[in-house]
Amino acid sequence: MGVLEVKGLYKYYGKKCALKNVNLTGDLGEIVGLFGPNGSGKTTLLKLIIGFLRPSSGSIKVDGKDINYNTRAIVSFLPDNNLLPSWMKIKDAFNFYKDFFPYFEEKKFKDLLEYFDLKFESKIKELSKGEQEKVCLSLAISRKAKVYLLDEPLGGIDPASRERILTGILKNYREDSLMIISTHLIDDVESIIDRAVFISNGEILIDGKAETLREEKKMSIDKLFRNTF
Amino acid sequence: MTDFDERIPIYLQIMDLIKKKIIKGELKGGDKLPSVRELALELKVNPNTVQRVYQELEREGIIETVKGVGSFVISNEKKLMKLKENLASERIKAFIKEMKEINLSKEDLNLLLAKYWEEVN
Repeated sequence: MGVLEVKGLYKYYGKKCALKNVNLTGDLGEIVGLFGPNGSGKTTLLKLIIGFLRPSSGSIKVDGKDINYNTRAIVSFLPDNNLLPSWMKIKDAFNFYKDFFPYFEEKKFKDLLEYFDLKFESKIKELSKGEQEKVCLSLAISRKAKVYLLDEPLGGIDPASRERILTGILKNYREDSLMIISTHLIDDVESIIDRAVFISNGEILIDGKAETLREEKKMSIDKLFRNTF
Repeated sequence: MTDFDERIPIYLQIMDLIKKKIIKGELKGGDKLPSVRELALELKVNPNTVQRVYQELEREGIIETVKGVGSFVISNEKKLMKLKENLASERIKAFIKEMKEINLSKEDLNLLLAKYWEEVN
């Protein structure tokens, strides 16, 4: 059984159906790319997996357990907007994470800061967007978790920083965890994903191994996306 | 992001890369290949892709993996020689196919080869 098992998932916001019969599995050691137009349900799906939202029907299991406060300890979520209060310095965020989350790897975080060329004492509000993203990413992946959910970790960031961030993600690849990256920048993540999942209007359109899709469709995942949508 | 053509499976391109290095002598018989992780990071690809590359290369008899130690280019000189021949002939066949597609005769091709051989570095 996969570390993530989503079966027959439906999510309604009032009458609006945001997710329709979503079935998805994820295994340890996989990096899954979640791709879809704006409003297709990507963030909703991620929020359901972390437990910020509840399913309307269907089931989600992480590590064989239903989603509850226990599974939150083993799922690390990087939201698409920086939620760190502007009064914080990086070290305040570090201390918060250290206290709040079990299994927070302090050394890993410090190594990542060094890799990203960031200083512990810097104030969040004085950082550029790219730098803030690097801090948030470092916090998220320094948590030892079974499932990592990265929602648009590259949005609005310059190419050099994007490359640095992606290399940072690769460097910290864990064989004993699943990573789901939701992004519009498919080209950037092409070579690091194992699987590509396309979602549109709340439904999964394509779910396959990246290399198999390339072989079958004779095109890059990016091109396949453009052709599909 | 990388120098790969993302329309073709990446693992095939990496296999090609390694085979080329062996033919060129950049990788010699008995040389240790980088670890899966090291190579994945160097090429900026998914470690599972590199894993697959090493598995396929082993299946083709080009490398040997010693569990817990690493992957090595085979040291059997005869086998390596054969590998070079096979790879060279693969490419030559592909080249001949292309030349036939533009209706080039064997004689013309030989003339052109003689003419341009020195020019190409």
